[in-house]
Amino acid sequence: EISAPWTFHNLQELRHSASLANKVFLQRDYSDGTTCRFQTKFPSELESRIERPLFEDTVKRLNIYYAEAEKMGGQSYLEGCLACATAYLIFLCMETRYEKVLKKIGRYIQEQNEKIYAPRGLLITDPIERGMRVIEISIYEDRGSSGSCSGSSSTSGSSAR
Amino acid sequence: MLQLGVAEPMRECEYSQISTRSSTPMETPYKKRTPKKRKWQAFPGRNKFYCNGRIMMARQTGVFYLTLVLILITSGLFFTFDCPFLSVQLTPAIPVIGGVLFVFVLGTLFRTSFSDPGVLPRATPDEAADLERQIDVANGSSSGYRPPPRTKEVVINGQTVKLKYCFTCKIFRPPRASHCSLCDNCVERFDHHCPWVGNCVGKRNYRFFYMFILSLSFLTIFIFAFVITHVILRSHRQGFLNTLKDTPASVLEVVVCFFSVWSIVGLSGFHTYLISSNQTTNEDIKGSWSSKRGKDNYNPYSHGNIFTNCCAALCGPLPPSLIDRRGFVQSDTPQPTPPTNGITMYGSTQSQSHMCVQDQCIQSTKFVLQAAATPLMQSEPVILTDEASLPGRTSLGGPCSGALPLGGQPTPPTSTPNLSCDNGMLPTRNDHSEAHHHMDGVHHHFLTPEEAPSPPGMLPCGSPLGHSHTIQGFYNPASQDSLHEDSVRGLVKLSSV
Repeated sequence: EISAPWTFHNLQELRHSASLANKVFLQRDYSDGTTCRFQTKFPSELESRIERPLFEDTVKRLNIYYAEAEKMGGQSYLEGCLACATAYLIFLCMETRYEKVLKKIGRYIQEQNEKIYAPRGLLITDPIERGMRVIEISIYEDRGSSGSCSGSSSTSGSSAR
Repeated sequence: MLQLGVAEPMRECEYSQISTRSSTPMETPYKKRTPKKRKWQAFPGRNKFYCNGRIMMARQTGVFYLTLVLILITSGLFFTFDCPFLSVQLTPAIPVIGGVLFVFVLGTLFRTSFSDPGVLPRATPDEAADLERQIDVANGSSSGYRPPPRTKEVVINGQTVKLKYCFTCKIFRPPRASHCSLCDNCVERFDHHCPWVGNCVGKRNYRFFYMFILSLSFLTIFIFAFVITHVILRSHRQGFLNTLKDTPASVLEVVVCFFSVWSIVGLSGFHTYLISSNQTTNEDIKGSWSSKRGKDNYNPYSHGNIFTNCCAALCGPLPPSLIDRRGFVQSDTPQPTPPTNGITMYGSTQSQSHMCVQDQCIQSTKFVLQAAATPLMQSEPVILTDEASLPGRTSLGGPCSGALPLGGQPTPPTSTPNLSCDNGMLPTRNDHSEAHHHMDGVHHHFLTPEEAPSPPGMLPCGSPLGHSHTIQGFYNPASQDSLHEDSVRGLVKLSSV
């Protein structure tokens, strides 16, 4: 029971006890055309912060989600034709598949932040807030004031829960 | 109280706790000082926005009104003067079909003209600084003089494509994107800037544009054919001159339709070709993928067959707008590139939103954060120092918390056509260039020339952020104010629509 509040406090404590040290930007990977993909190259600034497999896992999963959003298959064609037939009014009541997937991505990023990145003093910004150009990862440095920070650092070793 | 499992209710509790702790009176003075601004009001491109950010058009919209007037008047005359005769003499299906076509034409026109064509938001100062650093490292040159144009090469489907750096937007343009000099924006899959619809045609509105010109072709041919039919039928009874006296409007319609048909039908044919080969007007005119350039030159974006290309262009997924016009601006410090650190569109995640707020706090007040070197992961101490003049963080709350944004929006702003506005479109008497009026039905494609580079160098406030500097011994207490903002943000869930 003790670990949960510390994890919970982690994200909060990150705000008022940590300061922004650096930002790393993962650029887009255009080798597949104009579809949305991000480079999975592991930035050197994160080497001391997070384990490489965890990081690459996150980015790969994001790429999978974006590919799903932009996938052109039966469902997206159906949606497109239906939308055209209803003069796009149907989107007043329902959201496009792309938007649904973007929401899923937002939730995933939040979950990753809570579980993996915040305990390591990192935060991922949803690419949609950066115009889908980059994945911005902020690196925080702990100012080490409050006692809960020492608690958070003790649980920083634990990864996903 | 603190139970494992669901994190969200806990967050709710926590936020409400923090809010009671926070002194609410402290926020309201700041709130009153700076009014909330929507992002479209701070948009750096040369666009016009109506209906509180729901409608987005290019700056010069005179020709758009001409288009609208032509369509309305011709169709109006047709329905008023020709349809009564034709529906009686031939079939009432004629006005019905005409009506359907007319509504479709207007709908697609509005959708093309009013929606975001796929504008790429400009880089945040941090991103721009990061890119500049990378380029400087690659070039090996020192900043101070304007470096040569920057390009990156990428291989797409076996073809080498050059990505150019946009000096205005401070990004490397994605493939097929281009900077529209009229609107001063980078647009994804840029086709052309169309003055007739008063907007750029890009990734997000290309299908509407195509449907507009296609349906307009049908409408024009339809009206032309049936007005001629009408005149002929009447002339059989009354004679030609009497007919002209009875229905003088028909003459006007025939003239308008005659001159429009060539250009519009021609344009539809041209765009049908472009869609089937998955090219943009830009690429076609430049001959980017023509075999004349080289034997191995081919279009890497084409899906191979015409059917797939058409389906992809017309029925593919429609990406949402990246510029979040109706979101609220967080910082009210004017910046050369607009603050794209905004609220998320899809249900704010407190971590990101708070971090954005913190970013803005740091940037806008240029505060020196001197932290003790106690890293979380016990790596070597890396400290942030920022430009600053303020000694304490308590005064930090001022400019930042003034722009208290509301939480995420329920739906992204531009996916719905939203043709109904409260106050209708606000016509502006712009200084549209006379050159537009001289176009005699020939579709004028505005191709974007290469963007003239603007003076280089970092943005004034962004440069030192994120760079690690010397270690200081000071310690500054955390900002209470950013916490307050976060808590308020957490409480206020949805912004107004």
